[in-house]
Amino acid sequence: MRFLQGESLYGGYGGADILQGCSIGVNKGEIAVVVGPNGAGKSTAMKAMFGMLSVREGSVELDGQDISELPPQERVTLGMGFVPQNANVFTSMTVEENLEMGAFIRRDDFSPTMEQVFSLFPVLAEKRSQPAGELSGGQRQQVAVGRALMTQPSVLMLDEPTAGVSPIVMDELFDRIIEIAKTGIAILMVEQNARQALEIADRGFVLVQGRNRYTDTGEALLADPEVRRAFLGG
Amino acid sequence: MTDILNALALLGNFVIVPGLTYGSQLALGALGVTMIYAVLRFSNFAHGETMSFGAMITILVTWWLQGKGVSLAPLPTALLALPIGIIGTVLMCLLFDRFVYRYYRRQRAAPVTYLILSVGILFILSGLVRFVIGPQDRIFADGERFIMKARAFKEMTGLDQGLAIKTTQGVTVVTAVIVVALIFWFLNRTRTGKSMRAYSDNEDLALLSGISPAKVVSITWIITGALAAVAGTLYGLDKGYKPFTYLGLVLPIFAAAIVGGVGNPLGAISGGFVISFSELLLTFAYKRVIAYLTPGDWVPEGLVQLLATDYKLAVSFVILVIVLLVKPTGLFSGKTL
Repeated sequence: MRFLQGESLYGGYGGADILQGCSIGVNKGEIAVVVGPNGAGKSTAMKAMFGMLSVREGSVELDGQDISELPPQERVTLGMGFVPQNANVFTSMTVEENLEMGAFIRRDDFSPTMEQVFSLFPVLAEKRSQPAGELSGGQRQQVAVGRALMTQPSVLMLDEPTAGVSPIVMDELFDRIIEIAKTGIAILMVEQNARQALEIADRGFVLVQGRNRYTDTGEALLADPEVRRAFLGG
Repeated sequence: MTDILNALALLGNFVIVPGLTYGSQLALGALGVTMIYAVLRFSNFAHGETMSFGAMITILVTWWLQGKGVSLAPLPTALLALPIGIIGTVLMCLLFDRFVYRYYRRQRAAPVTYLILSVGILFILSGLVRFVIGPQDRIFADGERFIMKARAFKEMTGLDQGLAIKTTQGVTVVTAVIVVALIFWFLNRTRTGKSMRAYSDNEDLALLSGISPAKVVSITWIITGALAAVAGTLYGLDKGYKPFTYLGLVLPIFAAAIVGGVGNPLGAISGGFVISFSELLLTFAYKRVIAYLTPGDWVPEGLVQLLATDYKLAVSFVILVIVLLVKPTGLFSGKTL
C-alpha cells in the first residue's frame, strides 16, 4: 500500500465505465507517471483519484485513510494538490494573486511558502504583478504548479504538465518536478511525452482501456522491448 | 473671453453637472448588473426594480425619521436612512437567491433560465413596490436644495450664465466615488474580494483552491443589493422617486454595462458616463452656446438640437446596438471581475 493509492478503480462519466479496475499509487518523495494511448483513461484516473469523478467501485486511500467519498475541496485540506490540464491558472489575476488563491484554505502566514515557490520558479518572482493570462505557456504551467504547491501538499497531482510547451521548457519543468519530489512530496502525473516522463519516473503505469497493462519502475519500462514498441515508438 | 466662459457655464449647467450625476447613477447600477454577470453568469433584468425597492425602503425610513424630527441638514435625511435601505435590499436579494435562484443553480440550469427568472422577479418586485408605497411620485429630498445657486454663481463670476449645483447632485457624485473606491478596494485588496475574482475567472480552479461557491454567491448578492439600494436612492433623490421610471432605467444600465464590457467593473463605470454624456450631448440645444461663440448674425434660427429629449432612451438603445455590432466585448473586454 503506497502513500496515495487508488485500488481497482471502476468508473466514468455516466454510461460505460472508462476505468476498468486500474490501480495507481505513489509514495512520498517518488515520481509516478501514468502513460498510455489516447483514451486509455489516464486523465479520468487522475480525476477519480482527486474526487472530481465518483468511482463506482474501488477505493482511494491517502496515508492509510479511505478518502473515496470525500469531495475535492476536502482532499485539498488533507494535503493533496491538483494541477488540471486546461484552464489551470486565473488568467485575469496576477501571478502573486494566483499563488494567494492557491493558499486560500490556509489561515496562517503563507509568505514563506510563496518565497519557496519563487525560488523554485525565479521567473515568477520577476512577473509577480503581471496577469497570469499574459504569460507564455511554460510560465503559466509554472504558475499552475506554484498555485498547487501553496497549500504545502504531501501529494502533487499533475495532469499533462508539459502539454503545449516547447521541448526545452519541458526539460526545465521536469527538472523542477524532480526538485519538488526531492523535498519529500509524492508526485503523480499523467504525461503525453511518455519517454521523457518515464526517464524521471520512479514508477510507471501503462494504462490501456482503463486497465493496468504494465507496472514497473520507469527504468524497467523504458528497457522493456514490448513497451518500447507499443507505446514509446520503438 | 467672457463669451467663452459664458458658453462653458452654459454647458456646465446643462451638460457637465447633470451628466456627471446621471453617469454616476448609471455607473452604480451597471456595476451591480456587471457583478451578477461576472459571478452568476446571467443578465439580471430585475436590477432596476431592485434599485426601486432599495429606494422605497430608504424613503419609508426617511419619512419615519422626518416624523421623529431627525434631520441631517443641510444634507438630505435620506442619507441617514440609506443604511437601512441597504440592509433591506440585501436581505431581499439573499431571500430571492435562497428561494429562487439556488434551486436552479443546483440543477445547473442554462443562463437563459436565470434571465427568465430575473424577469419574473422584476414583476414581483414592481408589484410589491406599488403595493407598499403606491405608484405616485414621491419627493423625499430635504435639507439645503443647492450647493451653488445660479444667481450666486452669476454674482460671484459676473457672467450672464448661471451654473447651479443641486445638493442631490453633489451627494450623488461624492457617494458614487466613495462606493466605487470601496468596491475596488474590496475586489483587489481583500482575501474575500480576490476569491470572488478568482471564482468569476475560473470556477473549477476556484473550487480546487477551496473557495466556497455558496459564500461567493452570497457576497455577490450582498454587494449587488447594496449597490442597487445606493443607486436607486441617489436616482430618486435627484430626480424624484417614481416607481415606473426604474423599469426604464434597465435599458441605459445594461447599455452602460455592455459598452464597458459586461463583467468588468471598470467598464461598467466608464460605460455609465459614456451613456449619460451621449444622451445629454445629443439632446442638448446648442443654439445659445453657438450664440456666445460666434459673431452675432451667425446664430441659426433653430435650436441646433440633434434629437428631441423625448428620444433620450433611443440614444442608449442605438449605442447598445452599435457596440454589439462593432465591438461586442465592449471597451474593456469583460466576463471577469
